[in-house]
Amino acid sequence: MDSYIALTYWDLAAASVLVFIDAGLSIIFRLRVHRSLLIAAIRMAVQLTLVGLVLTTLFSVVSPLWTGLAALGMVLFAGHEAAQRQERPLSGWWSYGLGTGSMMMSSALVTVFALLTALRPNPWYDPRYAIPLLGMILGNCMTGVALGLDTLTTSLVSRRAAVEAQLMLGATRQEAVAPVTREALRSALMPTINSMSATGVVSLPGMMTGQILGGVPPAEAVKYQILVMFLIAGGTGLGAVTAVLGSVYRLTDGRHRLRLDRLHSPKPS
Amino acid sequence: MAASSADLAGVQTAPPLLHVRDLRTSILKPACFSLSTGEAVAVRGPSGAGKTLLLRAVADLDPNQGVVTLDGRDRSTIAGPEWRRLVGYVPAEPGWWANTVGEHFGEWETALALVSELGLREAAKAWPITRLSTGERLRLALVRALMVRPRVLLLDEPTAALDAASMTAVESLIKTRMQAGMAVLWVTHDAEQARRVAHRLLVVEAGQVREEAPEWTATSP
Repeated sequence: MDSYIALTYWDLAAASVLVFIDAGLSIIFRLRVHRSLLIAAIRMAVQLTLVGLVLTTLFSVVSPLWTGLAALGMVLFAGHEAAQRQERPLSGWWSYGLGTGSMMMSSALVTVFALLTALRPNPWYDPRYAIPLLGMILGNCMTGVALGLDTLTTSLVSRRAAVEAQLMLGATRQEAVAPVTREALRSALMPTINSMSATGVVSLPGMMTGQILGGVPPAEAVKYQILVMFLIAGGTGLGAVTAVLGSVYRLTDGRHRLRLDRLHSPKPS
Repeated sequence: MAASSADLAGVQTAPPLLHVRDLRTSILKPACFSLSTGEAVAVRGPSGAGKTLLLRAVADLDPNQGVVTLDGRDRSTIAGPEWRRLVGYVPAEPGWWANTVGEHFGEWETALALVSELGLREAAKAWPITRLSTGERLRLALVRALMVRPRVLLLDEPTAALDAASMTAVESLIKTRMQAGMAVLWVTHDAEQARRVAHRLLVVEAGQVREEAPEWTATSP
């Protein structure tokens, strides 16, 4: 950590010139995105500054209660985001509940597993390790769960006749929806697989880059990154399987019927 | 040829194979009717009246209430998949879950006799689903349903897109199965077809199902 270079606000102000250049390009090419670009940049700066303050307080307290509350807040927000990203979510609280529940279960399990086995901080719930780790796992898990659920519901709607044709010939609900379930799980896992394949060749992951900039030797930063990628793969797989299978259960019933009436009406286009 | 009054007398004296009492959904009003072994009942009514919903409710594809029995066995005591093997349903627009025709049939050799009977060729096994005409889809879906050997068959306009020869082949095949004991609930807009194949008539209007004396009973031999 001795080679760590502290940034001043002037350094950030100099870098922000690049965003103003983008805004200028938007005006020149009449893209009409300069206003939203500047608002997004300001939002990002304010949100990260606030998170920095929250994390500073959280890290100084090292309390299981506050760490748990921060984790819960992150999971609840991720559940809301995952529900928002679906074209035809489950009706009522099912969409939010299933997404949030599956992400909570999988990301908590994987984070605690990493804290207890690989990282072993003292105490094990030390927010300096627990919160960033959970954030990385949760962010990817949220993408996987949202993609899996969206693929499942849109495919069941578009392939309703095919699913019911199998049910009519005496197939069980598990047999009839198996191809759609597989497709949903594949689409949930694809970003993680692509990201693992491209990491190190096409892109250097943000966490690893951050560690290297912070003075950590590259070989050590790489080990951390490999650990995180494994955790992300595990968390996303577990979360997507739970969410997709839970939704399959909800979208069929004990009489082996397809229950698309349990989906929200399509959003007006 | 119209269903004869002798046939009618035969099927009406037998105890009902399928008995429906107060079958209803959120749209369908309580319906009561029964089907005897080897009997066909035509279902008619304006478009959007609830004919398809009636078939789907009997097949237990949509949530519904009421009592449905087959051979005296209450539907609620029979698992959904088993019920649908006993009570088959061929929708007006059948679904396909694989790429080629053959993949939808467990044993193509067994299907072949029925496929040929309906005027389709043996080579149909390799045909991609996307190139099938509506008539070919309807006939293949009928074969698929008959191969399960259901006790009752629910047909939703199975000959709507067929030429005269194919329509005759379909009616003839169904009648053969009826002689072997299968009962049929047959949705059709064609009054002549109803007269040819059915013994009785159900009319569906605005979700209300009622039995009517068919016009052909006065003229049938």
